[in-house]
Amino acid sequence: MTVLDLLSDANINALFAILALPAAAAALLAALPGYRLASRVNVAASGLTFLAALSLFVRRPQMGLYLQVDDLSIVFIVLNTFVGFTTSLFSASYIAHEIEIGRLTRRRLRFYHAMYQVLMFGMNLALVSNNIGVMWVAIELATLTTVMMVGIYRTHQALEAAWKYFILGSVGIALALFGTILVYVAARPVVGEGLSGMVWTVLIGQAHRFDPALLNVAFVFLLLGYGTKVGLAPLHAWLPDAHAEGPTPISAVLSGLLLNVALYAVLRFKLLLAANPGAIAPGPMMVTMGLASVLFAAFMLYRRKDIKRLFAYSSIEHMGIIAFAFGMGGPLANFAGLLHMTMHSLTKSAIFYTVGHIAQVKGTQRIADIRGLTASHPALGWTLVAGVIAIAGLPPFGIFVSEFLVVSSTFARQPLLAMLLVFGLLVAFGALLMQVQAMAFGDPGKGPAAPVRASYLPIFGHLLLVLGAGIALPPALAAWFEHVARLLG
Amino acid sequence: MTGLGIDFDVAHMLAGLLVLVSFMLLYQDRLTALINVFALHAATLSLSVAWQAYVQDAPHLYLTAVIALGLKAIVIPLALHRMVRRLGIHREIESVVGIGPTMLAGMGLVALSMVVMLKVTPGADQLAREDLAFALSVLLLGLLMMVTRRNAVGLVLGFMSLENGLVLAATGAKGMPLVVEISVAFSVLIAFIVIGVFLFRIRERFETVDVGAIDRFREGRR
Repeated sequence: MTVLDLLSDANINALFAILALPAAAAALLAALPGYRLASRVNVAASGLTFLAALSLFVRRPQMGLYLQVDDLSIVFIVLNTFVGFTTSLFSASYIAHEIEIGRLTRRRLRFYHAMYQVLMFGMNLALVSNNIGVMWVAIELATLTTVMMVGIYRTHQALEAAWKYFILGSVGIALALFGTILVYVAARPVVGEGLSGMVWTVLIGQAHRFDPALLNVAFVFLLLGYGTKVGLAPLHAWLPDAHAEGPTPISAVLSGLLLNVALYAVLRFKLLLAANPGAIAPGPMMVTMGLASVLFAAFMLYRRKDIKRLFAYSSIEHMGIIAFAFGMGGPLANFAGLLHMTMHSLTKSAIFYTVGHIAQVKGTQRIADIRGLTASHPALGWTLVAGVIAIAGLPPFGIFVSEFLVVSSTFARQPLLAMLLVFGLLVAFGALLMQVQAMAFGDPGKGPAAPVRASYLPIFGHLLLVLGAGIALPPALAAWFEHVARLLG
Repeated sequence: MTGLGIDFDVAHMLAGLLVLVSFMLLYQDRLTALINVFALHAATLSLSVAWQAYVQDAPHLYLTAVIALGLKAIVIPLALHRMVRRLGIHREIESVVGIGPTMLAGMGLVALSMVVMLKVTPGADQLAREDLAFALSVLLLGLLMMVTRRNAVGLVLGFMSLENGLVLAATGAKGMPLVVEISVAFSVLIAFIVIGVFLFRIRERFETVDVGAIDRFREGRR
């Protein structure tokens, strides 16, 4: 066997590795008793998955009937596995504390770790699947695992949140399946019966010959269905509860990753419609839902009393911005959407890591009870301030760049929409600064001031990446995003 | 395809029957009766799927029919009956809206799905068209049922009737790959396990399966 053969072999296996590693780790973690060892295995498996995902850049495996990687999905896969890896680092220190205070039992923790890897498997499968049916199954799997993790504390609130998430998520998933069936019905007269009618690479090649009316109806169902999972208004009702009541690592993964995976599904079908000249333009629908999410979430931010709920609404706002950008379309807006998605994933998960530690040292998630963080816990307090500055869209962080690009590219084409968007951004900006000001500064009072054993590595890592992207976006990354933005049309 | 022969008539009749049973689900005001009607719903679905298997000469669809019959028409209703007995909730279901407006809304939804689906599928064959229109009706009626029920068991049954509509659509689409049918059946199974877990947890913690009670609890927290 020559070296080249070995290399190509290793790269074909890379695609299987990002599926097989989480699956094997899930089976192992379900049987592993000690939580210290389990969290290390969790970190190791997530790290290896990330490395396998990185190797996809070097050499791309061949397309299969079930699995494929293209330039669009690779962005999502690498982001997904990276944040999955850093979250597993944060999770290790987070659960050590939860075990200490007795909020989680060891048996439940075994379940937690296994589910974490099943979730990673589901999301990776959704991203690499070349079959719209398999993609649907994978997203359903990811949804069900997160439902179970949201309810893991077994408190009233956690069960209620999980129940709500489960019902709304299932309805969304059901609508998406109906849309998927309609796409198959549209494809059948052209590509023939059987498996090929669901294979993405076949569909996109033949999409111009599909019946446009049927595709339109299918897209409405798909947008409503997967849009529920993205958390777009008015289908967002599950999102704040699920974020607030579950373990914080899950809040980070939900916001940073699962919303993106659902958005990826929407983008795939948007491409399908764009390839058909007779179909309606999917953009305006996404723009409307995105703008509604931004405006709605911006006003909701003011009255939040729970710190995790606050940042959950902020996620709705940012998914709105991303949907808005992709809905506007065109190379510049798509570029901004991709950049914003990446920056939001990194920043929001860093914020949730910080918030997780804050809630642990303060023993509460109530904003009113969290005061004077910069005085009592300087490192955590200032990290929270930095994270909020980043997420609110202030320079020099990367979100400023992407929001600026979204707004400026919209101003050139639809000034009125751009003004509405800017209004929403400013309202949200004010709300976030107001809330963080109260939490970070002022008199810490008599609240618990115990020292914290936080894992700063993932937090600082994420924030530095966002800062770096804000100051100077690496040319290679910019070129890659530009290329993908052109593909998205 | 034999055009509009007996094949079409029977398929048409069975799919229409499913829509009718969906309407029956809407106005049941007792949980035990509701579960029985759901079993009928699932049995009708399995007949319809079996007929599609025969018409399309697609033997794998018989498997879907058997799964629908065994799981959704027998196992799940039996389990739900047991659960309802154990929880001691044979009382009336409180509906948010009255039966009259609910039925009217249901008719509106069926009309809507006919208009939408028949209009956009002139290219597809007659059987698939009608099937899709009926499937969308069942789906929307399931949604309506979920909206009008406050009781958690009613919600679950509404969701499963919605999934029945999806199975009808999937089998009506000729030659749809097996992966989807299996996944639908599989997802119903998973969904049921999850719901079962949740129902029992909810009972453990709340002493009720009324979703409204959870809402009340939550307001108290604020």
